[in-house]
Amino acid sequence: MTGPASVELASVVKEYPGHRALDGVDLRIEPGEFVALLGPSGCGKTTALRTIAGLESIDGGGIRIDGEDVAAKPTNKRDIGMVFQSYSLFPHLTVAQNVEFGLRMRRVAGPERTARATEALELVGLGAFGGRYAHQLSGGQQQRVALARALVTRPRVLLLDEPLSALDAKVRTSLRDEIRRIQTELGITTLFVTHDQEEALAVADRVAVMRQGRIEQIGTPEQLYRTPATAFVADFVGLSNRLPAHLTDGVVAFQDVRLPLLGDPQPDGPVEALVRPEDLVLGEEGLRGTVIASSFLGSVRRTQVRLDDGAVVSVQHDVEQAPAAGDEVRLRIRATAVSASAAAVSASAVA
Amino acid sequence: MTPSRTTRWAILGLVGLIFAVPIAAMTEFTLRRGLEGGHDLSRWITLFTGQLDGGYRQVWVGLGNSVVLAIVTVLLVLVLLVPTMLLIRLRFPRLMPVLEFVCLLPITIPAIVLVIGLATVYGVVARMLGSGVWTLALAYGVLVLPFAFRAVQANLQAVDVQTLTEAARSLGASWPTVVVRVLLPNLRRGMLAASFIAVAVVLGEFTIASLLNRTNLQTALVVVSKNDPFTAVIFALLALLFAFLLLLVIGRVGSGRRPGRTS
Repeated sequence: MTGPASVELASVVKEYPGHRALDGVDLRIEPGEFVALLGPSGCGKTTALRTIAGLESIDGGGIRIDGEDVAAKPTNKRDIGMVFQSYSLFPHLTVAQNVEFGLRMRRVAGPERTARATEALELVGLGAFGGRYAHQLSGGQQQRVALARALVTRPRVLLLDEPLSALDAKVRTSLRDEIRRIQTELGITTLFVTHDQEEALAVADRVAVMRQGRIEQIGTPEQLYRTPATAFVADFVGLSNRLPAHLTDGVVAFQDVRLPLLGDPQPDGPVEALVRPEDLVLGEEGLRGTVIASSFLGSVRRTQVRLDDGAVVSVQHDVEQAPAAGDEVRLRIRATAVSASAAAVSASAVA
Repeated sequence: MTPSRTTRWAILGLVGLIFAVPIAAMTEFTLRRGLEGGHDLSRWITLFTGQLDGGYRQVWVGLGNSVVLAIVTVLLVLVLLVPTMLLIRLRFPRLMPVLEFVCLLPITIPAIVLVIGLATVYGVVARMLGSGVWTLALAYGVLVLPFAFRAVQANLQAVDVQTLTEAARSLGASWPTVVVRVLLPNLRRGMLAASFIAVAVVLGEFTIASLLNRTNLQTALVVVSKNDPFTAVIFALLALLFAFLLLLVIGRVGSGRRPGRTS
């Protein structure tokens, strides 16, 4: 291993017949950084990761790992570690042999190979499972072994292609935290592809949101959540209420509330203002509405309110406040600025 | 709805009977003592103690030829079909239905029709490769395609070939290493099943060999049966037993006994 490397995608284009999967993707991952590539199905995030791995060729642009152009390099020469969405352990080999596979390819001598494989398995908490076969492990354990197998060669870059999506919710959360712990411990440059915004926000140093083959916005989880550059990002990352509003000179107005517009300037006209549920406060003044339902979510409560103009919004508040269906309430907006999307048709709460 | 235990046994018994009656009749036939009546094992003893005269030499020649043909056919299947299927699965998946269609074609064409075409082809084959008995394996390679294809395809579908290949590539494996160390070990069951089925088909083949004037086990048995139908039936029974044992082995291999799941 030569230490963590930077990864750079420069205007990468990937075309399939009748469809452009990557439409000029620019992305730089700093050495040791953990970047999540987030987006809906078909947005090109997995394709982007696969081009870095060399599993897909590119039709334009360049890919550099540690400053070296690797676009023409085959996968097996790129010195990467990869964990796949589907279980990818070799069924005919034991767990230990699976982990040793990459070391064998690098002609690492027997005793060192065994020692490093054991160390990698201990890192993922499966030190005692070396003699088992993949079919004797649970899904979570298989993905841990796959992680150990990807890390044991001490690759320059770790690529994770939705490694948690086949797992159940509880295992997913614990393995997610473990991936982050191990990544921090090893300081390895990591790209993590996911469609789960909660997952992306929880583990990554920075998150890149993709849409239709392009990166819509890249920033820290806080930046994406608090200052989304576009309505798509605001909508995709976290929950947003859509309120019918009007945009004039960069100011979004709905009823008697006026807030500056976040992100890129937009033409004046009717828009939908995107307001987070926690930016709406139940109080004595503000927008009038009637409670439809209220759900207890553990540490917070979420209440659906139908505003007088017909829009239904979701409000997140303390559990101490427990409004009942039918209650008349007032809503104050706490946000200091909002995102907005053009062409408002009807107002609704978006989950 | 699952049929009751009694129904299942009744169906199994009926099917078993359909197969058992001709085999039992053949066995009974080989035990007959001729005109004087009664049964004994004299013909079986003569065969197994090597007391058959030169007239039966042709059976041994036919058996030897069939073994050679079985080996060459299996090699053809493993060397040509398996790599082709792997290549198509990994690089040209859209061509798989085309390959499937081509491979299944021989089962829809009667052997007699195949021979009409093959007779012309074998004119060329004989000029290029001579008329050695092994050349018949080229035709048998076509004949076993539907069965071999199915066996390998079933295995290919059970293994996520794409992901295993990509995982191995990402770990630094070259293409030959991927094939030898990752794919072939995981396709072992399909390849074994394809090989055994190929052997079973070749050992039982008569039409093509007969019409192309070649000697194999089946054509030799027909010749022998004209003089000594009893011994010919014994050979037929033995060939049947061998094929049965082969299929039993396939079943064993196919079931792939593994340690139980622990979590």
